[in-house]
Amino acid sequence: MTLTTASAPPTPQPTASGPRPSPPAYRKVSLRARFRRDRSLILMTLPALLLLGVFAYVPMAGNVIAWQDYSPYVGIIESPFIAWDNFARVLTSPAFLHAVQNTLVITAFQLVFFFPIPIFLALLLNSVLTPAIRTTIQSIVYLPHFFSWVLVVTIFQQMFGGAGLVNQILTQNGWGSFDLMTNPDTFLLLITSQSVWKDAGWGIIIFLAALSTVDPALYEASVMDGASRWRRMWHITLPALRPVIILLLILRLGDSLTVGFEQLILQRGAVGAQVSEVIDTFVYYQGVINGDWGFATAAGLMKGVISLLLVLGANKLAHLFGEAGVYQKS
Amino acid sequence: MTTVSTPTGPETPVLPVGPPRRRRSRHRPAWQEKPTVVGSIAKGVTLAIICLAVLFPLYTVVLTSLSTQPTITAAGGLVTVPGEVTFAAYRQILAGGIVTRATLVSIGITAVGTLLSTTVSVLCAYGLSRPSSLLHRPILFVLIITMFFSAGMIPTYLLVSGLGLIDSYWSLILPGAVSAFNVLILRNFFMGIDSAITEAARIDGAGDWRILGTIVLPMSKAVVAVVALFYGVGYWNAFFNAMLYINDNAKWPLQLVLRSYVLQGVTLPGSGAGQVDVATGAVTGLPVKMAVMVLAVVPILMIYPFVQRHFTKGVIFGAVKG
Repeated sequence: MTLTTASAPPTPQPTASGPRPSPPAYRKVSLRARFRRDRSLILMTLPALLLLGVFAYVPMAGNVIAWQDYSPYVGIIESPFIAWDNFARVLTSPAFLHAVQNTLVITAFQLVFFFPIPIFLALLLNSVLTPAIRTTIQSIVYLPHFFSWVLVVTIFQQMFGGAGLVNQILTQNGWGSFDLMTNPDTFLLLITSQSVWKDAGWGIIIFLAALSTVDPALYEASVMDGASRWRRMWHITLPALRPVIILLLILRLGDSLTVGFEQLILQRGAVGAQVSEVIDTFVYYQGVINGDWGFATAAGLMKGVISLLLVLGANKLAHLFGEAGVYQKS
Repeated sequence: MTTVSTPTGPETPVLPVGPPRRRRSRHRPAWQEKPTVVGSIAKGVTLAIICLAVLFPLYTVVLTSLSTQPTITAAGGLVTVPGEVTFAAYRQILAGGIVTRATLVSIGITAVGTLLSTTVSVLCAYGLSRPSSLLHRPILFVLIITMFFSAGMIPTYLLVSGLGLIDSYWSLILPGAVSAFNVLILRNFFMGIDSAITEAARIDGAGDWRILGTIVLPMSKAVVAVVALFYGVGYWNAFFNAMLYINDNAKWPLQLVLRSYVLQGVTLPGSGAGQVDVATGAVTGLPVKMAVMVLAVVPILMIYPFVQRHFTKGVIFGAVKG
């Protein structure tokens, strides 16, 4: 994700080692010649650029309706501009503020109860020595990541819902009844368990990759020096994971206003908006369902801009702590 | 499906522990101390529970979809102990009607979408893979911006409806056809290919199209397969875009049918499940519901084993780390 690529430095390097083609040679080629040389490469990027242009950049410009009293019957051109009214309405809307609060609560809860699980799982799996067993377990725990949210929520419903397996066993034995799917009090727990079931297994892949880069000689040497199992974990394994943990924390921080939209919209009906309304579902209901287009767009746009600032800010923070972060200037 | 219905397989990981006289596990490095018995048991039990937590729900769902009505009635709902087996539920949903049509819609969208997305992404990634090429920096920038800032749901919805794509299958494909993330995965891999190979081809007179088709692509089968899987799974699993853009429920993809019929319990007209008895509806329709769930996951289970072995550190780690 480096924004900048390892391209030729503009200044010629006097001590270029070996017969590597010297970068300045490219600079002498005229623009026309470079175009002729690279035109097929540019042509290859055109389909993607066209799709992104239409379906990513045109809508970005379409955010202009956040400043309009937009009506689909009148259109963007004709709709009157109303300055910052929509934004003011969003910021004074109790429902929006409640959605923001829910979003942040869910993010914080998942940061504590979801984020560390893949790390523990990776450490556990990394300690399994037999390759065949390790690969089998890996295949199994990665699998739910590829299920749709509809399926995951449905599976939870069939296990923990009112007609689910757990309730079935409880009522058959006369132990009372149980329905996790419609209980607002345990909703946070429910969606976090769903996220853990679906994605915690997949989350270990990056930690396993980081663990595999650790030089075994480090462990061997530390054993020679009498380091115990736990000291090796603390002084070798965890430091190896640190850059990845920080990278993922940054990504999570930048995404903190985005919490499982598909997952929540599937369950909003069952559990109620009070606990399940987040910014994204708020935008959907205000815009597409209620037709308050300008208002919903203003809410969505604020979220998008703040998310962008969060990513950039978190990355800056990582740089301050001397970590590589998500991207860097070359 | 056999892999799912036998959860007893991987639940007994044999850990490198045994009677003291047993030889040291050949996988354990010489410097590592012998694991304690308690530690090994705890580890084995934990891992077994984790695997069971993934596999048991799938096992129950598959088993119930294959069970006869008496078995289900005896179990009082979901079946956990195998009884009589029948394929009636599958015959019922695949004999025409909404589920059959939704399955075909999903297959079509996934096939066309994956082909389009993968092709466009491979081309774009290769086009951006030569560090000194003209315009590659601005194009890369345009691509990466879409990763950090998305236009938002409402303007995208208004655009799609403005283009007249409501109730068109293209509305499920085009808006998300290019993922900058996947392009970067591919680009990262292409850039890692030794430039001596491609330069040699260029000196022999091969153009970029030729180099991509005959040299780069054959060397990148694994990463292209992984990216195609990411796209394919995305198309197959998507339901919200259909909720937004497809009003005509005859055109619904399978995930949306799963949501309405199974999750929300709406009885779909003409779904072949119309004869569900209202009084005992929950139980009578159960194997059919379970069969729809199985149908929604079968393609993933069929493709997963072939692509899964390519989830190597190179592909994933390189992508995230950039």
